[in-house]
Amino acid sequence: MTTKIILVILITSLATYISRFFGVFTSEKINEKSRIYRWFNCLAYSTLAALISRMLLFPSGDLSETTLLLRVIIILISISIFYLTKRNLVYPTIFSAIIMAALIN
Amino acid sequence: MINLKFFFKGFLCIKRFDSPAIALSASFIAIGALLKNLGFTLQESIFSTLLTYAQPGSLVMAESMFVGASLINIFLAVWLVNARLYPMTVSLMPLIKDKSQPRWKYYLSCHFVAVSSWLIVKDNYHKINRKNRTDFWIGIGTSTWLVAIISTLIGFVSADYLNKNMMIGLAVINPIYFMCAMISAMNNKTISSAIILGAVLGPGLHLISSQWSILLGGILAGTIAFFIGEINDN
Repeated sequence: MTTKIILVILITSLATYISRFFGVFTSEKINEKSRIYRWFNCLAYSTLAALISRMLLFPSGDLSETTLLLRVIIILISISIFYLTKRNLVYPTIFSAIIMAALIN
Repeated sequence: MINLKFFFKGFLCIKRFDSPAIALSASFIAIGALLKNLGFTLQESIFSTLLTYAQPGSLVMAESMFVGASLINIFLAVWLVNARLYPMTVSLMPLIKDKSQPRWKYYLSCHFVAVSSWLIVKDNYHKINRKNRTDFWIGIGTSTWLVAIISTLIGFVSADYLNKNMMIGLAVINPIYFMCAMISAMNNKTISSAIILGAVLGPGLHLISSQWSILLGGILAGTIAFFIGEINDN
């Protein structure tokens, strides 16, 4: 193992673990019925939604090589399949990959 | 120390047909292949998922390394993209903690907080007695973590057989699954506003600052949603 890579892995895991650690630390005195809990719960859902929607609209990595139009089409088709299959999570997911592969070229 | 009955009850949640296993697996197969192409060895790739276990963070790490970013910059970029784990942990622990459980369990098991395990436990915790929720959660965390590690291994080994189109197909699976899972979670006005506002403000603020967009967009959207909820309840 090269030292540089190990160092990068350790830095990455530390940068990730601190948020989880402070999450436990902060929650020690928080009751699930409190106002502050409800605020954190909103923050959790909104940051997750922000991340997921950014991953689709402004992706990094391989997905960034597709066009925004294609990704928006896939989002809309996936949401339609999700509702058509009575809110099933698996069908839209599998179809999104198939449609992506079919429309990409 | 750990009640195995509830540990396995949590562990087996991953087996359900619509569990996040498929999305989790696809994203870590992609990570495994990506790390191999970056010059990581198999051990380093496994080590990375084992210790980090947060796909967006691993992706940022890989991209930062690719452009030769400094360690400080890698730290900051990963922290910013993974800061969502902070409110996620705060909004999880009060639901599962119990006086009968030792504190180390929370500080150790918080490593398992990631979108898949979080959604599973949020959906199911109320079916379990409070006393056993911690072990149930550790079971969920262990199985999702193992799926991520095994998928990294599969991705690494099959990297040479995955062409560009397959990688793009794998990359779309994860956000589409969780987008639908988020829509499923919209069962009251407060959570729905948090999700919709987050989905709009996250990419919206990306146009101003890409690094800070998730954190700032999330805080802004979550706070507005909180007030909508409070006004609605009173």
